[in-house]
Amino acid sequence: MQTAISLETIRKDFPILQRKVRDNKTLVYLDNASTSQKPIQVIDAINDYYKNQNANIHRAVYALAEEATEAYENTRTKIAKFLNVQKREEIIFVRGTTEAINLVAYSWGRQNVNKDDIIVTTEYEHHSNIVPWQLLTKEKGAKLEYIGIDDNGELILDQLDSYLATGKVKLVTFSQMSNVLGTITNTDEIIKRCKKAGVKTLIDGAQSVPHMKVDLSKLGCDFFAFSAHKMLGPTGVGVLWVRKEVLETMQPFHGGGDMIREVHKYETTWNDLPYKFEAGTPNIADVIGFSAAIDYLNKIGMDNIRNHEIELTKYALDKMSKVKGITIYGPKDIAKRGGVISFNFHDVHPHDVATIIDKDGVAVRSGHHCAQVLMERLDVAATNRASFYVYNTKQEIDALIGSLNKVAEVFKL
Amino acid sequence: MTGDPIYTEMIIEYSKHPSNFGEIENPDISRHDSNPLCGDSIDLQIKINENKVSDIKFKGKGCSICIACTSVLTELVKGKDLEEVKKIEKNDVLGELGLEHLIRTSPVRIKCALLSLKALKYGIYSYFIEKMKDEKSAGNLKEEATNLY
Repeated sequence: MQTAISLETIRKDFPILQRKVRDNKTLVYLDNASTSQKPIQVIDAINDYYKNQNANIHRAVYALAEEATEAYENTRTKIAKFLNVQKREEIIFVRGTTEAINLVAYSWGRQNVNKDDIIVTTEYEHHSNIVPWQLLTKEKGAKLEYIGIDDNGELILDQLDSYLATGKVKLVTFSQMSNVLGTITNTDEIIKRCKKAGVKTLIDGAQSVPHMKVDLSKLGCDFFAFSAHKMLGPTGVGVLWVRKEVLETMQPFHGGGDMIREVHKYETTWNDLPYKFEAGTPNIADVIGFSAAIDYLNKIGMDNIRNHEIELTKYALDKMSKVKGITIYGPKDIAKRGGVISFNFHDVHPHDVATIIDKDGVAVRSGHHCAQVLMERLDVAATNRASFYVYNTKQEIDALIGSLNKVAEVFKL
Repeated sequence: MTGDPIYTEMIIEYSKHPSNFGEIENPDISRHDSNPLCGDSIDLQIKINENKVSDIKFKGKGCSICIACTSVLTELVKGKDLEEVKKIEKNDVLGELGLEHLIRTSPVRIKCALLSLKALKYGIYSYFIEKMKDEKSAGNLKEEATNLY
């Protein structure tokens, strides 16, 4: 890695990477697109909060409550800076990407989408960016349309144009990076075309924010969602960013404590942004843990992380493509893909591949990756997926490839 | 990988050459089922004659455990009286392949192994309820299927 911090030092920060699995095998963790491992700094931050600061936020006046509130709110400011957002009240804490998208579908969608309107998504979306829109369009009698993918695993943007030409599209919603193919979406181009047509855009950044620099001031979308746990942070925390002009027009998602200004028997007035959208006691400890994760990422530098993953992905694609009987999905051009490699090995079912290589301590994901629409498009039941992060090494990729030989042995290929 | 508790010779053989793979014309029972987490997906078809399974076939995409267990299940069931088929249990299928240990060792893979048994139990249940209007014979099959794994 081209950074002041060596890969060896980074790996030492992740206690889990030191453990043995199965038959005393070193863990080779290659399922980062599902969730990342956590550095000791994040684990300690969560521990420290519970040991020393635990109190509910935003209300009480005693010392602990003030400290907890400050730590929680500082994370919001930190995230705003991390994504180059000028208005910190545009950052809403949620449980994760899924809740963020559901919030938009429920709150903005129900106010703005009507019969015969169109929501456009893509064939390579995670179920979290499909199902909320199915629920909404069915409720409203609206239509859900898909931008297809070409054989290289890239979106066919001509299809977007034909949807936009109907004049009925209310929202175009897409992931910035596919969680299966690793394809990096041509985000700027989609937003440009949508803006020209006066159509709002939502970006699912669950796979992109952990792995590359994202600048929301430059991007120009209207909604942006991502999760902490895929970027060294804890589970149960995510962020929804909404452009303030849009956020100000939205009705609340959940009603309850903290999101109100005044409650009377039959009427309630709402709290200021972003609290209007954060009902109930939030996940304080994990938001504070998330803060430590962002510090960690900043210390390494997002560009260094992206470069490290480019190097690993190049190496993996080069070596894996030489394995007999392997099929690799997604773009060949390294500039167009992140550190996610989906593959099939001969006609061995991915579950069998994953079970056999697991005996060597190699953890990859097998299945449909919550992307059944894409599986149908690729005409496969499932794939194996190896996905990399800041702590992965070329030796670990070699271990994966070595284990594939065992699969060939077992299945007599 | 000698002595592997899952990938025995027999499982690999069945997964490459499954028994009773294909489709039946005008089946009396037709049941699709899948495992949402892993993407195993099978279609089970059964022809019934005088309360006996006169033919059974399946098709689908699944891992070797799923395909091997489904193969074994179809072999167990074929030619049998429905009353006997209703009594088939987990270990009848798993035992044939030496996979009883999966119940303890792999909560994930047990779902692959028992998917077809679940489909079979549901299928026979619907057959009795919908075609034969015979609630008594359908018995507890639905609960058994639901609680299989």
